Amino acid sequence: MNRGGSSPSAAANYLLCTNCRKVLRKDKRIRVSQPLTRGPSAFIPEKEVVQANTVDERTNFLVEEYSTSGRLDNITQVMSLHTQYLESFLRSQFYMLRMDGPLPLPYRHYIAIMAAARHQCSYLINMHVDEFLKTGGIAEWLNGLEYVPQRLKNLNEINKLLAHRPWLITKEHIQKLVKTGENNWSLPELVHAVVLLAHYHALASFVFGSGINPERDPEISNGFRLISVNNFCVCDLANDNNIENASLTGSNFGIVDSLSELEALMERMKRLQEEREDEEASQEEMTTRFEKEKKESLFVVSGDTFHSFPHSDFEDDMIVTSDVSRYIEDPGFGYEDFARRGEEHLPTFRAQDYTWENHGFSLVNRLYSDIGHLLDEKFRMVYNLTYNTMATHEDVDTTTLRRALFNYVHCMFGIRYDDYDYGEVNQLLERSLKVYIKTVTCYPERTTKRMYDSYWRQFKHSEKVHVNLLLMEARMQAELLYALRAITRHLT
Amino acid sequence: MEKMSRVTTALGGSALTGRTMHCHLDAPANAISVCRDAAQVVVAGRSIFKIYAIEEEQFVEKLNLRVGRKPSLNLSCADVVWHQMDENLLATAATNGVVVTWNLGRPSRNKQDQLFTEHKRTVNKVCFHPTEAHVLLSGSQDGFMKCFDLRRKDSVSTFSGQSESVRDVQFSIRDYFTFASTFENGNVQLWDIRRPDRCERMFTAHNGPVFCCDWHPEDRGWLATGGRDKMVKVWDMTTPRAKEMHCVQTIASVARVKWRPECRHHLATCSMMVDHNIYVWDVRRPFVPAAMFEEHRDVTTGIAWRHPHDPCFLLSGSKDSTLCQHLFRDASQPVERANPEGLCYGLFGDVAFAAKDSLVAAESGRKPYAGDRRHPIFFKRKLDPAEPFSGLASSALSVFETEPGGGSMSWFVDTAERYALAGRPLAELCDHNAKVARELGRNQVAQTWTMLRIIYCSPGLVSSASLNHSVGKGSSCGLPLINSFNLKDMTPGLGSETRLDRSKGDTRSDTVLLDSSATLITNEDNEETEGSDVPADYLLGDVEGEEDELYPLDPEHVHPEEPEYVLPQEAFPLRHEILDTPSGPEHLQDKADSPHVSGSEADAASLAPVDSFSLLSISHALYDSRLPSDFFSVLVCDMLRFYAEQGDVQMAVSVLIVLGERVRKDIDEQTQEHWYTSYIDLLQRFCLWNVSNEVVKLSTSRAVSCLNQASTTLHVNCSHCKRPMSSRGWVCDRWGSGG
Repeated sequence: MNRGGSSPSAAANYLLCTNCRKVLRKDKRIRVSQPLTRGPSAFIPEKEVVQANTVDERTNFLVEEYSTSGRLDNITQVMSLHTQYLESFLRSQFYMLRMDGPLPLPYRHYIAIMAAARHQCSYLINMHVDEFLKTGGIAEWLNGLEYVPQRLKNLNEINKLLAHRPWLITKEHIQKLVKTGENNWSLPELVHAVVLLAHYHALASFVFGSGINPERDPEISNGFRLISVNNFCVCDLANDNNIENASLTGSNFGIVDSLSELEALMERMKRLQEEREDEEASQEEMTTRFEKEKKESLFVVSGDTFHSFPHSDFEDDMIVTSDVSRYIEDPGFGYEDFARRGEEHLPTFRAQDYTWENHGFSLVNRLYSDIGHLLDEKFRMVYNLTYNTMATHEDVDTTTLRRALFNYVHCMFGIRYDDYDYGEVNQLLERSLKVYIKTVTCYPERTTKRMYDSYWRQFKHSEKVHVNLLLMEARMQAELLYALRAITRHLT
Repeated sequence: MEKMSRVTTALGGSALTGRTMHCHLDAPANAISVCRDAAQVVVAGRSIFKIYAIEEEQFVEKLNLRVGRKPSLNLSCADVVWHQMDENLLATAATNGVVVTWNLGRPSRNKQDQLFTEHKRTVNKVCFHPTEAHVLLSGSQDGFMKCFDLRRKDSVSTFSGQSESVRDVQFSIRDYFTFASTFENGNVQLWDIRRPDRCERMFTAHNGPVFCCDWHPEDRGWLATGGRDKMVKVWDMTTPRAKEMHCVQTIASVARVKWRPECRHHLATCSMMVDHNIYVWDVRRPFVPAAMFEEHRDVTTGIAWRHPHDPCFLLSGSKDSTLCQHLFRDASQPVERANPEGLCYGLFGDVAFAAKDSLVAAESGRKPYAGDRRHPIFFKRKLDPAEPFSGLASSALSVFETEPGGGSMSWFVDTAERYALAGRPLAELCDHNAKVARELGRNQVAQTWTMLRIIYCSPGLVSSASLNHSVGKGSSCGLPLINSFNLKDMTPGLGSETRLDRSKGDTRSDTVLLDSSATLITNEDNEETEGSDVPADYLLGDVEGEEDELYPLDPEHVHPEEPEYVLPQEAFPLRHEILDTPSGPEHLQDKADSPHVSGSEADAASLAPVDSFSLLSISHALYDSRLPSDFFSVLVCDMLRFYAEQGDVQMAVSVLIVLGERVRKDIDEQTQEHWYTSYIDLLQRFCLWNVSNEVVKLSTSRAVSCLNQASTTLHVNCSHCKRPMSSRGWVCDRWGSGG
């Protein structure tokens, strides 16, 4: 437990990747200097974000209106690269945290903490520890799950499932929460909690995916803050800054390669858009394509040896775990590939049978009024957001690309669209991007700057943030769909 | 009857017959459609595509269209439609974006005819032209509508909604070239089939997706739309701007809407989520469904009237994997169950009462409200002679005004604010509340509290209860003070003041009071005997031995013994605190000869006569005081019910809370809930938010305590910038931190 008191060494502020760890073990004397990562994100050069901010009055207005802290935090700064979206985001977050709702304010923050803890996201945890105390939460709860009321504790199971394997949520889980006498949750409360959980799981993906830095001026330590740990290995940060500069200045040789990559990608998109599929792919073919993507996503991360954390290794060296784990139980429970267990019982969620627009919205809005509209607007916004640009090109219809990203995330959660040809995913998303997507949505805490940099090298940072937004919202929607479907089944 | 005959003619002499029935399908249905012969229905879903024959007694599976070695996604149907001109022609919309046509006339097992793979996304709806044999229209998630000529391999024309997905497309029945389409973003567009370049007209019909629309079969230009915003709207499209003519508010998002044949204003709806019933609405009466079918156990996904000229048979398919035929005569009619009377209190105690004409007329003969009806005002709704419910809907509204000041409820407010409901021992609570009641001049209530205390506090406390009263008499007894409240409020000066207040405040009918004043006073005397004097005696005497004699003093039961106790009582000045007014006839007789008559007391006696009943029940209880307090609970419950029935739900709830477990189990949950909600409602009318919240908190009824779980937020704005505050304190962060 590293809270308060002892000031940790610079090196302890960063997780070490396996590689570096090996090096360190060999040579104990090695000193790792703290890399210079100022600005809101460790991945994005400060000037990129700041430039965008200074001009944008809209952002300031939004922050004034909806930010809970009254200042521009790092998440907001990075998101403000997409002001249109930022508005929807802040509005819905403000609504679920501050406005009229079934749950008391401290509960909401505690639930946010529980959700963020599933991904060891110390950034969000710290933020909400402060808010929790400010809204009158009982400080004792911050000692861990054993100190909270049984009612909140009961939420742990659904938090776990929702974060890592939402397809396992059944109506029995809902029933257990709703009908346990003394500590039961009313349905509106449960829906509120589920929305918060999904929001913060997804937001953790964004935080790690965009390399959000800890806030620079942590308020007076209240003894419950976690040591801010960046989950990025120092070696990443050191190396990649160079790559960064290289690709931006365009003087590096790698650029030729990536430019042709970009052109090829655009070519493929164009083809997909225009081409009427002449040969009719059989159902089997389509199913195979879906299953293939589903299965392939399995190997995507494990194939990346350099940054993979084999289970045991991952756990014993986690610096944060001890601190964070007080908010969760069963920390070993993680995303398990969907296709891994018995082939015959693959639970595929048919998107057309339970869609957000038709079903999810109505249920959520009925039980927790108005949140449906806000989420609806946010999903719609992120799905349709486009500037019709790709890297240096303008007037590009990016619909297919955005749809591929969105559907690929859903695919990893087992949600299948009948009207989507998963072959497209293969054509549009390069391997390094798939690795990134898989990591950000399933194990965000393992995201590294190297992963962030390795895909779409010639794209702008704002475009990569756009990708992160898509991933985040797709993930949130997937979680919500599973949870709401279970609630609907409980109701019928 | 008239309708029936019309049906018969429409059907060419052969009226439909059948009964309400259902059959189990193998899988959830997504849509159904009826053949024009009204004898077959097709059911389509993700993994079902079958034709059923509708027979007299049952559905009979006739044909399974899902054939082939392997199931294809082309067979995963989102919608199905049967051509109304050609019995052999069907079309389905597949979730993968394919439009398929089926020809039942094909000799092979596979009836699949044509495949159109032009849409990129799920096709939500398909629609045949009502009179053209070969024209098919489709609307898809990709935002396009396509018109197919079945004689050709490709679409004839494509219409772009320039928007998000198309949820429904429907050819107009009356205008050959027109079709309507509805969109995810709430828009409705009107198209001319010959002009694919742009729509003729567009307007926003709903907030959020418009899931369905239906053209009126007879009235040209009437279009009904249903949306996720839970509304059904009827538009008149004949005017230059679409005019909303009717709006029906349902309880869940509307998935399908279908006009009822032969009933100009009726339409059937089913919902997308949560609600499983099918409703038939009269659009002119948007608040109560005309009929309701409750057979399904999961959401209804498809509805169809069996025959275009028969209003009585409705078919439906559902996610619960059943196909149903509903007969109109078997429908439940919520109107029948609706309470045709309405009653409402105004802010200042006025009462408005609406009831069926007949009812009011009948009752006014008996003059039930003769005493209270001061200024009845009658309104009568002007009836539209064309309206079908004129019999049902005609009602009279009466308004009863209270005289200024007459309906003062200050006692209610005071009581609510001052009562203590929890947090102290029972005895103290009872004493406190008794005191409050007494100070407000509600002596009956005060008495009740005192008795509750006697009943429920341990036997040892009986003496202390009596003691209180004797102490209340004044210091003359020389006993140590047990309860300071009592001492304070029982000083003579205060007492008379209270009395004064009451006479000012109470504006109940004086006639009653005058008639029975003498009697009432006598009763008071008796009360007094019981409440204060005798206990004093008892205290001074032998506790055990006297206990019995304490209780027989109740006026109703112990009349013979009365003189014995009345005499000593005369030594004491009369006290106001026992001013209860049993006014039952037996009392009138028995105590007419009571010696004390004083004007002020007569005045004070004017409590509602009804109160006497509760007193009676309590006196029963007192009679058997040696029994465990459980024994009384039945009586106490009766007393509570009595209070509640008399309109003093405040008393009922307060006692319920104070006594808690002691009586709760003896009153059924529903009654309790009813009391709680009534009381809370009353409190909120008087803006007594704190009290109402306390009551909610203290209630044990699940439904009631839920009330403050719906929202727990108290919004505080920063005193500097008027923005909502995020933290505690008076100014928000940006001011507080000196920034």
